[in-house]
Amino acid sequence: MSVVEPGTPAPDFKLRREDYSRFTREDLLGRTTVLVFYPFAFSAVCTDQLNLYEEVLDQFTAQGATLYGVSCDSVDAQRAFKEKLGITIEQLSDWEPKGATCRAFGVYFEKGGMPTRALVMIGPDGVVQWSWEGEHPGVLPGANLIFDALAARE
Amino acid sequence: MGGLGSAPLPPLTPEDHVLGDGSGEPRLIVYADYECPYCAVLEQRLVRAGEPWVFRHFPVRSKHPRAWAAACAAEAAGLQGRFGEMHASLYADQARLEDPHLWERARALDLDVERFDADRRSEAVVARVRRDFESGVRAGVVTTPTLFEQGVMRAGVPADT
Repeated sequence: MSVVEPGTPAPDFKLRREDYSRFTREDLLGRTTVLVFYPFAFSAVCTDQLNLYEEVLDQFTAQGATLYGVSCDSVDAQRAFKEKLGITIEQLSDWEPKGATCRAFGVYFEKGGMPTRALVMIGPDGVVQWSWEGEHPGVLPGANLIFDALAARE
Repeated sequence: MGGLGSAPLPPLTPEDHVLGDGSGEPRLIVYADYECPYCAVLEQRLVRAGEPWVFRHFPVRSKHPRAWAAACAAEAAGLQGRFGEMHASLYADQARLEDPHLWERARALDLDVERFDADRRSEAVVARVRRDFESGVRAGVVTTPTLFEQGVMRAGVPADT
């Protein structure tokens, strides 16, 4: 299994937002979205990644991109994680059925029961514009990679 | 803030802070912040190693809320010729980084505290710190400390430093 490739329509999926409402493929339409898949809430490496993206969030916003963190943690765990980090990046839960969305995007690591570390950028038309997957969860994608992908749209 | 797409690590410039003893071209370029405990460990090891290194700021607010203020304090001290001393002072005691602590450090270094306080909040100083931060982002830095040795990036405190 590997991450969805550019040019592929985003699959149908269902995630939970922080207020337990659904977040689906329809929510991607009309804007540029970056889904930040990470292995576990509260793990040190994930912390650094989201902290950095938060620091440059105004630049992502200025370029019309909306970021979401996605993991298989529960909504409550994600909310606690977000509060602990002091970040505003909304979190989306792939808790039940566990990993179904991650599998649809090709980023579920079966042996670990978690998403791999991956990024998927989806255009306003719901088509994947760019994706990235680390060789292993310890490889952290810099914010520069997302800015490169945003610049490549033009 | 300019573009943050990928760019090569900037080479050593006259505006960079070269720290440590010894002469010769620094081998290491370090991206770090003053509230990061791992950066403090690295600092101790670099001081002991006795070789010069380049220090660049990489403060991230949500992770280390006082890191930006501390970086600006170091730069403001630098405008009075005492960057290295303020840098060492901040790493020597990371538990005291609030404004009164920064003023106290400035007084201990015989700085003009009024000027120090104006400078650390100035656009020029913020821009100086941001320039380091942005160069790190563009080179792929995610966490602190991150070291570059001959262009090779390593995150964390290396065991052999």
